[in-house]
Amino acid sequence: MVVFENISKSFGNNVVIQNLSLNIKRGQFAVLIGPSGCGKTTSLRMINRLIEPTMGTILVDDQDISKVNPVDLRRQIGYVIQQIGLFPNMTIEQNIEVVPKLLGWPKEKRRERVRELLEMVGMNPLQYCNRYPSELSGGQQQRVGVLRALAVSPPLLLMDEPFGALDPITRETLQDEIKKLQTDLGITIVFVTHDIDEAVKLADVIILMKDGKIVQAAPPEELLSNPAGDFVREFIGKKRLHVNYDVDLVREIMNSKIFTVTKSKGFAESIALMRQRNVDSLIVTDDDGRLEGVIPVEALRDVAGKKMINTIGELEPAKVPTINLNAQAREAFDTILSEKLPYLIVVDSKNRVRGLVTKTSLVKALAGVVWGENADDE
Amino acid sequence: MMSEFLSVLESNWGRLVTAFSIHVQVALIAVLLGSLIAIPLGIILTRCPRMGKKVIAVLSVLQTVPSMVMFGLLLPFTGIGRPTAIVVLTLYSILPILRNTYTGISDVADSYVDAARGMGMSGRQVLCRVELPIALPVIVTGIRISSVYIISWATVATIVGGGGLGDIIFIGVARNNHAMILMGAIPASLLAITTSFIIGRIAKAVTPRGLRRERAR
Repeated sequence: MVVFENISKSFGNNVVIQNLSLNIKRGQFAVLIGPSGCGKTTSLRMINRLIEPTMGTILVDDQDISKVNPVDLRRQIGYVIQQIGLFPNMTIEQNIEVVPKLLGWPKEKRRERVRELLEMVGMNPLQYCNRYPSELSGGQQQRVGVLRALAVSPPLLLMDEPFGALDPITRETLQDEIKKLQTDLGITIVFVTHDIDEAVKLADVIILMKDGKIVQAAPPEELLSNPAGDFVREFIGKKRLHVNYDVDLVREIMNSKIFTVTKSKGFAESIALMRQRNVDSLIVTDDDGRLEGVIPVEALRDVAGKKMINTIGELEPAKVPTINLNAQAREAFDTILSEKLPYLIVVDSKNRVRGLVTKTSLVKALAGVVWGENADDE
Repeated sequence: MMSEFLSVLESNWGRLVTAFSIHVQVALIAVLLGSLIAIPLGIILTRCPRMGKKVIAVLSVLQTVPSMVMFGLLLPFTGIGRPTAIVVLTLYSILPILRNTYTGISDVADSYVDAARGMGMSGRQVLCRVELPIALPVIVTGIRISSVYIISWATVATIVGGGGLGDIIFIGVARNNHAMILMGAIPASLLAITTSFIIGRIAKAVTPRGLRRERAR
């Protein structure tokens, strides 16, 4: 689907890509990963000719893209960026129908497509079509960003760190959604990230880059079990510094950087905070940090239009499953998997909120088991 | 004082109305011509940013030349009369509009332009569908600043025969007639304030709804 043949790129004297060859097959989820400055984003942007290679040929669908008009080429390829880039002057509907409009679809067909897409990710068209991007949470915005890229059903989708700015819970959800969309629609995705957990979770093939060259291109399992050299080992192992995998207690694998509010927090302020931090639900506690429940953003919106709300305490938070921080990690994972939860709130014996276990925690811990011994041999 | 003012006003009402309408015309033409020059020029400059900064720097220096001097410099070429006034005022109206067009478009976040290009918009489509709508409030604010300047400087245009409310003020000064001065000065000020207010409203109206700061509910 996407083939790089001896691609080089330099900006002045600065060589960013060196003689890179690559073959991404149809229907693959390919993840480009590496430290900053390794050339992963440059490589991605060469696929839709936002950047032109200095040397070499890129084929998309067996066609040399240097012979295709760049504007026509880009309309055939979906493109999602980290900053989301929804046009603030357009409604959600107008944003999604940008490419269909460029391609001259009739109005009825565009309308229908927008509705179909929104429903595909569980967003009610009646509720969202006429909203503006600034009225949506970060997660919802990026969801729309993905839909916009899928509007004309392109066979190829380019994603440049699309979930980098989202909070962990929303990121998990969107990762699941994009993986499902990719499988359902049978599209090819080229995805840039610097997060190895994300790569392991999503990729069919991980392409690890360094200094403009490919260090290893392999399926995640192979990359983890059979890293090609010290750099790969170091790169996938770096994450081990953050989490101690050698354990099996919830407290040792949970994400403790979480965002909670107390019941006395102002309603408007909470909404502003949610927007600022890109979170989709509020974890509500009492003054001593004890868990009261969770309020999803939809509940806030529903209530906001109906009556005057001053503080969060006036709303009824939903009860959610929790787990003790000294419980076995395995127990947390079993609960998440069996009950299909996006996350599990970790509390201590006094029901105080201490952290969060997500699917990423699960991936990290499993990965630790896989390559733990390797790194310890050093 | 008041009764004196009213009697001067009454006896010169016809002259005031004429002067006022000339004033409005001169300012309007100057700002319109200025916009017609400045907006396209500002857009062109955003396409070659290195040039843009230089051009704006040069124009900023020119802007500091007192209008009185500028009228004097142009007189030998365009002679006494309204055209000279309009030419000079047009020149002065350009900079604020140009600067706001340039910065307004340059300040559109790169991510929007990147997304627009990456989705397959041509250069013109990026400009018309993304950059201009987002920059429009800033451009209109430039027109507002310009209009206020031009309305006040148009009073000076009387020295090259530009007519307008400046005529009345200068006659007042020449005759040492305070009521007459006020009769020119007050309408000129009111005109400037009202114009500023109206264009401010327009700026708000052209701000895309999605860009207006949502008030916390």
